Amino acid sequence: MSRIVIDSEKCKACYLCVKECPKKLIKISDKTNKLGDRIVEFVDPEGVCLGCAMCANRCPDLAIREVYKG
Amino acid sequence: MVECLTGKKVLMKGNYAIANAAVIAGCDCYFGYPITPQSEIGEFMSGKMQELGRAYVSAESELAAINMCIGACSTGKKAMTSSSSCAISLMQEGLSYATSDELPIVLISVMRGGPGLGNIFPSQGDYNQATIGGGDGDYKLIVLSPSNVQEAIDLTYKTFYLAHKYRNPAMLLADGLLGQMMEPVEFGKYPYAEIDNSSWALSGAKGRNPRIIRSYSPTEGPQCEHIRHLFDKYKQLEENEVMYEELYTDDADLLVLSFGSLSRNVKAAIKQLRDQGMKIGFFRPITLFPFPNKRLNELSRKVKKFLTIEVNMGQMVRDVRLAVNGNVPVEFYGKPVGSWPSVEDLQTAIERAMI
Amino acid sequence: METQVFKVPDSFKKDFKYTFCPGCDHGVAIRLVAEVMDELGIRENTIAATSIGCSVTIYDFLNIDAIEAPHGRALAVATGVKRATPDKFVFTYQGDGDFASIGLAESLHSALRGECLSSICINNTTYGMTGGQLGPTTLLGQVTTTSPTGRNVEYYGYPIKIAEHVALCDGTAFSARVSLDTIANIRKAKQAIKKAFEVQLNGLGFGFVEILSTCPTNWRMSPEKAHERVRNEMMPIFVPGIYKDITSKGNN
Repeated sequence: MSRIVIDSEKCKACYLCVKECPKKLIKISDKTNKLGDRIVEFVDPEGVCLGCAMCANRCPDLAIREVYKG
Repeated sequence: MVECLTGKKVLMKGNYAIANAAVIAGCDCYFGYPITPQSEIGEFMSGKMQELGRAYVSAESELAAINMCIGACSTGKKAMTSSSSCAISLMQEGLSYATSDELPIVLISVMRGGPGLGNIFPSQGDYNQATIGGGDGDYKLIVLSPSNVQEAIDLTYKTFYLAHKYRNPAMLLADGLLGQMMEPVEFGKYPYAEIDNSSWALSGAKGRNPRIIRSYSPTEGPQCEHIRHLFDKYKQLEENEVMYEELYTDDADLLVLSFGSLSRNVKAAIKQLRDQGMKIGFFRPITLFPFPNKRLNELSRKVKKFLTIEVNMGQMVRDVRLAVNGNVPVEFYGKPVGSWPSVEDLQTAIERAMI
Repeated sequence: METQVFKVPDSFKKDFKYTFCPGCDHGVAIRLVAEVMDELGIRENTIAATSIGCSVTIYDFLNIDAIEAPHGRALAVATGVKRATPDKFVFTYQGDGDFASIGLAESLHSALRGECLSSICINNTTYGMTGGQLGPTTLLGQVTTTSPTGRNVEYYGYPIKIAEHVALCDGTAFSARVSLDTIANIRKAKQAIKKAFEVQLNGLGFGFVEILSTCPTNWRMSPEKAHERVRNEMMPIFVPGIYKDITSKGNN
């Protein structure tokens, strides 16, 4: 099962990853960063993440810091 | 091409002598752009540095040249540039950065006439440019002023040494006359100890934390601390490195001051007047920064009057007045630019000041 | 069994955090530089000459030695570093204003001399750090804080095509323009950066990459819309491509 690791300290809520994910597994969460912006979360209950790392390649802040392909 | 001679008397032009001394001092990198009256320095270096396998770049401008010095010095290597008056103006930004970066750039300034393009006659109009500078912020250059070609050689060595010892840009302030005239000189070996730069020089962050050489801190506290650190160094320079030449001050009523090659005419005039029984002393600051404030203040308690002579409209005279702090009157005699006043003209000016 | 397919490059400092605005492409560009450094194994032998503007902060993030150049002088400073220590890997990371306006002379002369240096230039058509003024790459018609009715030729003249100018210099070994608007283009950008670094390592001359980037804050656009602008407005004028590569067949 593939997965990503999000560093919530680094997410600046630009949401570029939300659009980029081919499986739409990254969602805007209810959690906020220090500026009060709602940061993203990885939601993959069915385990369909491809491990393509497009989200990590898109993220300008390296907030998606790890991607594992399984 | 002139050889790097040591221990042999040779007749040599000032600019070549300075360049040759820089090579002997171990200058690793020369970056420069031509300007009269100092172009021979770059010409000499272009051949010599390539012959020795050292770095030489014909820079696209003086702006580029001083910044190439910043880059080379950041690696701990000995780097220099040379230029003149209006082109030294172009370097002021780089000098301000290099001072804050604590980089030991050696700069040879061979003064011509200003302001602006001015002309290629000798002048001392860049005393303020050298000692005060036109860059931003609180900073100082180390400035050494030779009066003959042999001294230009010896002070070139010293300029390299002080720049590296204090990690501060240092300038040899010569003039067009000194640059262009030939005198018999001798080159000794570089007489100073090499300074270890390994604690700060950039070499790649291998097995240690990265080093960043930069002029600024985005916050107030560290910036204040950094500037105070710079001024601690300037204080040390004032305590330890002041150089001057002093003659006939024991019995002098009038103390005549001048700097650079003009001092030779001034000294000749004083000598003749002393032969006529006039009690005149002579004083020549060799380090223009650090300025010999302490010694001048002492002398201002012994003599009745000071006379400062310069080929400009009165630049060093301000420093002299600050040093004597009102203890004695400080008069000025000078002309803006061109041939140095003759010994006869100087005698007349000095005699007038005696009244 | 899972394999890691993405990680933070080792060339970053530990616990770094970018100080760029949300969605700014600087973050991607610096990551690509770090990835290439990792792949070439050059971090410990690198000295960067940084610039003035948002790009200067690269030394806060990468675990490398750096000297901060005055505005526009990055390639003059880099020339000094490289001539003094030819065995070091030396690169600049500059904005378009730094590289192609105030520093155009230093930039092009470094290329003309064929300095073995690598230079990355971020083109976002504006002066970002000072608040979005007109710069050398501002497009015709573009509204900035100093072109309130849009860039017109009468008052402002034309934007500069940097990669093409650099390619014209005989000392240039590699010059390319890339974009970060899509994942495919990000991959191409990385290959270009790698090539610009390799020509230095192989002693071939000057390596250059112009990176079309976003400035969502000063463009007053969402990060997503900003990438659309790169695609629709910038790329037709600043056409991506390799403008010079002396290592390719035919030598361009």
